[in-house]
Amino acid sequence: MIAYGIRSVLQAVLVLLAVALLAFSMFRYVGDPVANMVGQEATQGDREALRERLGLDDPILVQFGRFVADAVQGEFGISYKQGRKVADLLAERLPATLELAILSTLLAVVLGIVLGVYTAIRRDGVIANTVMVLSLVGVSLPTFVIGIGLIYLFAVELRWLPSYGRGEVVQIGWWTTGLLTESGRKSLIMPVLTLGFFQLTLIMRLVRSEMLEVMRTDFIKFARARGINERSITFRHALRNTLIPVVTIAGLQFGGVVAFAIVTESVFQWPGLGALFVQAVQFVDIPVMAAYLMFVAAVFVATNLIVDLLYFALDPRLRNEAPAGAGGR
Amino acid sequence: MNDLPEHGDSAPQPRQAAIEARGSGLSRAWDSDLAYSFRRSPVAVAAGATTLVFMLAALAAPWIAPQNAFDPASLNLMDGFLAPMSRSASGSLHILGTDSQGRDLLSAILFGARVSIAVGFLAVAFSMVLGVGLGLVAGYVGGRIDAAIMRIADIQLSFPAILIALLVFGIVRGLIHPSQHEQWAIGVLIIAIGLANWARYARTVRGSAMVEKNKEYVQAARVMGRSSLAIMREHVLPNVMGPVLVIATINLALAIIEEATLSFLGVGVPPTQPSLGTLIRIGQQFLFSGEWWILFFPALVLVVLALAINLLGDWLRDALNPKLK
Repeated sequence: MIAYGIRSVLQAVLVLLAVALLAFSMFRYVGDPVANMVGQEATQGDREALRERLGLDDPILVQFGRFVADAVQGEFGISYKQGRKVADLLAERLPATLELAILSTLLAVVLGIVLGVYTAIRRDGVIANTVMVLSLVGVSLPTFVIGIGLIYLFAVELRWLPSYGRGEVVQIGWWTTGLLTESGRKSLIMPVLTLGFFQLTLIMRLVRSEMLEVMRTDFIKFARARGINERSITFRHALRNTLIPVVTIAGLQFGGVVAFAIVTESVFQWPGLGALFVQAVQFVDIPVMAAYLMFVAAVFVATNLIVDLLYFALDPRLRNEAPAGAGGR
Repeated sequence: MNDLPEHGDSAPQPRQAAIEARGSGLSRAWDSDLAYSFRRSPVAVAAGATTLVFMLAALAAPWIAPQNAFDPASLNLMDGFLAPMSRSASGSLHILGTDSQGRDLLSAILFGARVSIAVGFLAVAFSMVLGVGLGLVAGYVGGRIDAAIMRIADIQLSFPAILIALLVFGIVRGLIHPSQHEQWAIGVLIIAIGLANWARYARTVRGSAMVEKNKEYVQAARVMGRSSLAIMREHVLPNVMGPVLVIATINLALAIIEEATLSFLGVGVPPTQPSLGTLIRIGQQFLFSGEWWILFFPALVLVVLALAINLLGDWLRDALNPKLK
């Protein structure tokens, strides 16, 4: 278990280093960092001074080492476009994105499990079939079309919800949250639905097929033979055995949710990291792009690591086995 | 096809004929088998017909569109915001209405779908060539090259394609001069979407190639002294193409949606050559003022087109899978 844990961490560090190398090469070789940072009217002397200060004449390995050391401290230089420190820009927008991503994942997991169990035990019911067909159609809809559809329904026609922004936010330390005000909560509804929808269908289908599988096994038959009531069989016996793949998928998808927030945030003009990244791509603002890339990679690696370790908590069988059995993702 | 290139010149005539006979015979059998399963599936027929109609209409846009939608000279601002099925001042009918600049929406959609479909096809072709090539090398050569290629593919597959495409788009744009951004936008877009999707091909082809390389026909070719490159290209490749076709079909739908998403985000095609995504982006501005059709029809075309191609891909996957028969 400990050896396995160490290996997972080492792999995570390797992946992060690889992404850092990509981010570093972007910063160093895409366009001229000096030309992007000084204004048009800078003299040759200014440029030389900046080159000197950035250490662009040092050996490449030294530069990369410095880049990694800075990155570990959250230091990514200055945005070409906004002229502010990238770290500040990210910190400002991080709460908006995380709030959105966490709530979407929660919604997807809770609703996904409920609907998955329901469609599995009422397999031929009208409602269950309708849900399945809707989920199929929903999967083929591009995210931004779903978002626009929601805006049209709830903001234009019904006028229930605001169509853009976060509403009023409350500052708690450096964190900002929309959960404490009414307009903030209202603003969250549509983006969360849009972002969570894909995960929702994914988890629902997974729970459904796992449930159908488990319901056929012997221990369920045995539980029925013992006369345990159906509700207890469904939730205490069957559902519990479907949770491992669900946790895996939900965990592994969290990084995807954070990255996919790019589209949702742009549709709803949500002031998060994804919208910042799209702007950065439009203006080829390399430091911001590099920092966002590192951020997403870090989220991915962290969730992967947590999921790997969660296996041990959820499945007692793994604790006694050789680590080889645990790597299956 | 030609097994012995060194004897190729000695007897071209009969060998050529034999190959043709074998080729057409094989393809006829394969076609009819597939065609049979196609005819038996109403969903596949409907999806195929829809896809075909959309593609032909988009291809023929310059000839069948009521208006050359992107020639500013043909636009009349007085005709702006006409609702569907209304007539302009000059008496021409606008079935789907017009946008803010008096552009006939049906024409705009036809031209837009043309851009979307073209970008989709080229991006799929690009990622297919790249992915199949790398997958073949990884599976056939094995060892460190295999480990390196598949590691990259693994990492890439865990990120959403749209993020990769945005990243590539930004990097490639950074590498070309700003004055040429507009001119190269479509090419950059194709590279970005193509690079975002190669990994799935590579993974599939690698798996099949590893199985195929131990079969006797590959050993026979090796004994005959053919080079690795020739064996990969002429012997292994044709035997791993089935799944690739399925992936390519589903990928076409994905690529079209990705292109639309990028254009919707404002980082795709330039406004001078709008695609379906650009039209949706434009239409979104008029959502609140009640001109719903400017947004609705391009979005509808995008969704129906993607759905039809997806269904076609699903059918193809089942039809090419002998286990399901």
